[in-house]
Amino acid sequence: MIINGTAIAVLWLREMKRYLRAKSRIFGSLLQPLFFMVFLGLGFRKMPVPGMGEGLDYIQFLVPGILGMTLLFSSAMQGLSVLWDREFGFLKEIMVTPVSRTSIVLGRIAGGTTTTMIQGLLMLAMTFLLGFRIKGAVLFLWALAFMVLIAFTFIGIGLIFASRMKDSQGFGLIINFILFPLFFLSGALYPLNNLPRWIRALALVDPLTYGVDGLRGTLIGVSVHPVLIDFAVMIGFAVLMVILGTVFFQTSESV
Amino acid sequence: MNAIFAENLTKKFEDVTAVAGISFDVPRGELFGLLGPNGAGKTTTINMLSTLLKPTSGRAEIGGHDVSRERDAVRRRIGVVFQETALDSKLTGRENLEFHAMMYGLPREERKKRIGEVLALVELTDKAGTLVEKYSGGMKRRLEIGRGLIQHPEVLFLDEPTLGLDAQTRRHIWEYVKRLNREKSVTIVLTTHYMEEADFLCDRIAIMDHGRFVALDTPARLKDVLGGDVVSLEIKGGESCLDESFRRLPWIKKFARHGSEVSLTLEKGERRIAEIVTMAQSCGASVECVRLREPSLEDVFLHFTGHTIREQEADTGDWMRQMMLRGRRRS
Repeated sequence: MIINGTAIAVLWLREMKRYLRAKSRIFGSLLQPLFFMVFLGLGFRKMPVPGMGEGLDYIQFLVPGILGMTLLFSSAMQGLSVLWDREFGFLKEIMVTPVSRTSIVLGRIAGGTTTTMIQGLLMLAMTFLLGFRIKGAVLFLWALAFMVLIAFTFIGIGLIFASRMKDSQGFGLIINFILFPLFFLSGALYPLNNLPRWIRALALVDPLTYGVDGLRGTLIGVSVHPVLIDFAVMIGFAVLMVILGTVFFQTSESV
Repeated sequence: MNAIFAENLTKKFEDVTAVAGISFDVPRGELFGLLGPNGAGKTTTINMLSTLLKPTSGRAEIGGHDVSRERDAVRRRIGVVFQETALDSKLTGRENLEFHAMMYGLPREERKKRIGEVLALVELTDKAGTLVEKYSGGMKRRLEIGRGLIQHPEVLFLDEPTLGLDAQTRRHIWEYVKRLNREKSVTIVLTTHYMEEADFLCDRIAIMDHGRFVALDTPARLKDVLGGDVVSLEIKGGESCLDESFRRLPWIKKFARHGSEVSLTLEKGERRIAEIVTMAQSCGASVECVRLREPSLEDVFLHFTGHTIREQEADTGDWMRQMMLRGRRRS
């Protein structure tokens, strides 16, 4: 297993160039979270949501959840970009080079994480306009760490699926049947203890549950689990999914 | 040492055998052609030799390195131009080359120099800054051929390099390929289903059908197998008398009649036409039309496989379309 720094750098660079040239993609993928923020946030503002935390606005509660959603969808898209490369033939160009498959995966993770972080931070900046304020600089650094871990986890999951799929058409199914349940189960929109017990059990195996809880703990200072527990669980998920994603990618057929 | 060595190379996909145990050597510097219809197994062969597919059985070496056990060593020695475009259309021509050169670990100065060189070679220097999505089909192809050369490969694989290009661009690309082979002494393996392409370019040709080599030789020797030129005539009347005389003549190697059309295989066809026409007249037949044809690879293909490359294409074409439709539906 050889780590090839130049290759990782150029894969990252390519991702950046593609990202910056697709202005509509940047804008489009910010619209969805913005709509969620505005319509849910304003619509439920005056409604009492039990178990949310003392003296919190719903919009305060919602921001970390929608941030989690932005990160979830943006990072899983890295899987889609593998599938696009497969469809447009560029995957073969990458796979025929003498670069270790591990370096190729690392390059993709580096690129995907950067674009995901940019999307997440742009989204946070928008909530600032809606009146959202962070708790402090140190806590914000912790929040950044959670964002990175969420990105790693879902890029890994995206790679797992992309490695076993032939084209991007099937990816819509993944979004509907995997990403949306992960999102709704994570407690991004409402406190989980309002859900029936058996659904809550499912939420406990959803990585995003800990991601969103950790973001709440660090951004608004309210969380269900202690932040350190969230952090430890997220590190576990991130490591596991990156390893699985790498293994799946390495063993996939490139043609 | 040989540039390529393959022994019993086989690839099976579930129940379909795409490549059925082929063995061959390609000496250094040769321009070697794989000729056959779509679905004959040419691309699968290239994919195995370029480490993208693992052989089901058998083995192959590039420059003495095994394609399934020493993949990275093989990858460092080869360049591949795939059948379908494999460019990033959101990057410029130069950026695509830059990406490639960095993946091969070339240092900055060397990168700059070689990118300049290949851009000049494929005449895209002034288009280097344009996004590839704005390129024409021929420009994309040329960029890909240039890209395949940046790492100075020992072996360059060209999978259907002129597929879907107009006649002029095709000529152009043929000339590049020939020049590359001569001047840089790159070993080139080229697949094609164009007879004239194989004939014009290749030192040796393997004719491939249903995953097997049915023949492997120089274009000239392959054509020799047919035993000479073909004279075909359209004749009215005197059938039995004529057929009788044609059969008796020792210099007519093969004789066939389809209705009023007669075809004769013979050597030095141009010197016999007058004699044939006189003979027809003495039988009371009238000659409507005479054609002289030197044997083409098309005839060679027909000779070895029992069908023409186009018949085969029509079949596999249908079959491929169905498979693709089925594949679509499944996913």
